[in-house]
Amino acid sequence: MARRKAAEVTLVEAINLALHHEMARDENVVVLGEDVGANGGVFRATVGLQEKFGPGRVIDTPLAELLISAMAIGMATQGLKPVAEIQFSGFMYSCLDQLANHAARLRHRTHGRITCPMVIRAPNGGGIHAPEHHSESVEAFFAHVPGLRVVVPSTPARAYGLLLAAIRDPDPVVFLEPARCYRLFREAVADDGIAAPLDTCFVEREGTDLTLISWGGMMHEVRIAADQLAADGVDAEVIDVATLKPLDTQTLVASVAKTGRCVIVEESPRAGGWASEIAAELAEHAMMNLFAPIARVSGYDTIMPLARTEARFIPDVGRILSAVRKTLEIAPLG
Amino acid sequence: MQTPDEARTRVASFEIFLTRFLDDDGRPLCRLPAAARRPQRLLHAYRLMARIRAFENKAVALQRTGQLGTYASGLGQEAVNAAIGLGLARDDVYLGNYRECGVPLARGVPMAQILQYWGGDERGMAWPRTVPAFHDFPFAVPVASQVPQALGVAYAMQLRHEKRATLVTCGDGASSKGDFAEAVSAAGVWKLPVVFVIINNQWAISLPRSRQCAAVTLAQKGLAGGIVGEQVDGNDLIATCHVIETALARARSGAGPQLVEALTYRLADHTTADDARRYRDAAEVDTARKHDPLARLHAWLEAQCGFTAQDETRLQAEVAAEVGVAVKTFLATPAPPPEALFDALYAELPPALHAQAFAAAGGGEA
Ligand SMILES: Cc1ncc(C[n+]2csc(CCOP(=O)(O)OP(=O)(O)O)c2C)c(N)n1
Ligand SMILES: [Mg+2]
Repeated sequence: MARRKAAEVTLVEAINLALHHEMARDENVVVLGEDVGANGGVFRATVGLQEKFGPGRVIDTPLAELLISAMAIGMATQGLKPVAEIQFSGFMYSCLDQLANHAARLRHRTHGRITCPMVIRAPNGGGIHAPEHHSESVEAFFAHVPGLRVVVPSTPARAYGLLLAAIRDPDPVVFLEPARCYRLFREAVADDGIAAPLDTCFVEREGTDLTLISWGGMMHEVRIAADQLAADGVDAEVIDVATLKPLDTQTLVASVAKTGRCVIVEESPRAGGWASEIAAELAEHAMMNLFAPIARVSGYDTIMPLARTEARFIPDVGRILSAVRKTLEIAPLG
Repeated sequence: MQTPDEARTRVASFEIFLTRFLDDDGRPLCRLPAAARRPQRLLHAYRLMARIRAFENKAVALQRTGQLGTYASGLGQEAVNAAIGLGLARDDVYLGNYRECGVPLARGVPMAQILQYWGGDERGMAWPRTVPAFHDFPFAVPVASQVPQALGVAYAMQLRHEKRATLVTCGDGASSKGDFAEAVSAAGVWKLPVVFVIINNQWAISLPRSRQCAAVTLAQKGLAGGIVGEQVDGNDLIATCHVIETALARARSGAGPQLVEALTYRLADHTTADDARRYRDAAEVDTARKHDPLARLHAWLEAQCGFTAQDETRLQAEVAAEVGVAVKTFLATPAPPPEALFDALYAELPPALHAQAFAAAGGGEA
């Protein structure tokens, strides 16, 4: 593969770059969704694709989310590699039936006779001052389903590499993009076609005092919190979960076994959120190494509020730091 | 000056046609299409219907004797199942629901495997690569969910400029679901090579057709999506073959999608777990028996093709033998091993699941 110069791109531009790359590389890749063609998607993730690859492969669908998910399944069974876009993750609930009852289990229930290599992607989470239903964090709904992969990128480079991996994966992937990070910062991304590993957590900062675990949009606040902790002399290890299902418990357990302290940060409501699953795994496999109880910092068990109060719902750096301080109070650094 | 009512203009008007060739006694109502007059074809179709019926009856008997799980019999719907099975070309793709076992039977799936599935073993859906049904979908249990999937299958065929068609069946109850509406509404936009067949057996568990939707026909739901919608007497094998073959040929030629409402009747209980006497009159079922699709074709074969009582006896014996062998094979198949839970869950079992798979296989809790 020719080495391309790394350009500074945003997360949404990285998504676009990955789609361009994979559509050029593999003629079986098709993109479908609402307004993905001439309009380039409401967040512009699919800009330029239809011009380049034509309306046959970049498909403006009628306004029907259930249909979009079901069509992707039908296409995938025929050897196409559909990448379906849902405009906002809050509108994915009508896809849940198709994904849980069909995409996730076609391979198993036919013993491999029929498979479903599809990606369904959507912007996820709040913080963009959008109307009601446009700011939901839905990852736990999908992560509960056996047979699915759930992937949530947190940086432009990881978005590029993980989306390539998701498209190339032979099984269905739910790919949830943190909407408020779409244009939050730029990062050098080489359009080199190299996929990032799925099913692997990324230890993006090594530390010895405590483990901060998160994914998607919350990684931004977690990184800031880790910087502030470092300034105070606390050496936090930071892990981006990236693939929520299947969960790379091994990396998480190894880290917490080393640090003995853990704070898990997520945006979705607390009860039954994916932080709970991670906490349970850590309790089962790293309990004897813990100096303090595992802490969760989550959204509340409330309805995601409208724009004027959404910042109170989404965990901020202050809430993360106070959870860390509590952990350190229980088990001070030695 | 015109009144406001007079000032309205007619923008569109529609018609729905019903195709029927044979009356209940198997007498022709018109000159039949050439294909229908070929005795070999009709004998072949009749044999298929007899196989399907024998299978349906045996499946229910197996359930009643504790040898099969809950079963949804297609008794009375053999003609439309056979017509679909015969109309589909090898390369076409079929999607349907739990009651249409006749279609995979027609497309080469071994009877024993269909029994295996209803006996509670996923391997019953691992159809052999050699049969025409190999690319067909497994039975859909969530009602209507298969209908929008058919558009994706058909889209792939169209994108690759293939002369293939997709056919999807669903019930009268299924036609009330949003899945169905979204699919029919969109199919015409791309002129996809897809044929929707509503198998209207008049009942959705205990809900009669009249309580499902106030529309005079279900076929007209096709018109709402801008595609052809028509009815056929689904107990008239010759008519149903004609309508389905025509629709499939149109689809393969690029002329676009079509909706067919096949009128039939569910002679059986909804499933073996149901007792239809709770909600429908015995008299209605007795009347429906007079429209039995096998009897009708049998009468035609006797009158037109020299089919004799001896031929019938021989056919029944052959079919019973086939079913008997299938039942033996099915009953002799051991249950899947415990580790099969994790088989084909993903292309490769993720390391995250290794401990669970080990535990399930008897290795002890992870
Ligand atoms: C989505 C969904 N809802 C409910 C059921 C339970 N159920 C199974 S079959 C059935 C009736 C379906 O009627 P119809 O579509 O007419 O098909 P038929 O059973 O008559 O062949 C119902 C309600 C189901 N399987 N799926
Ligand atoms: Mg019905």
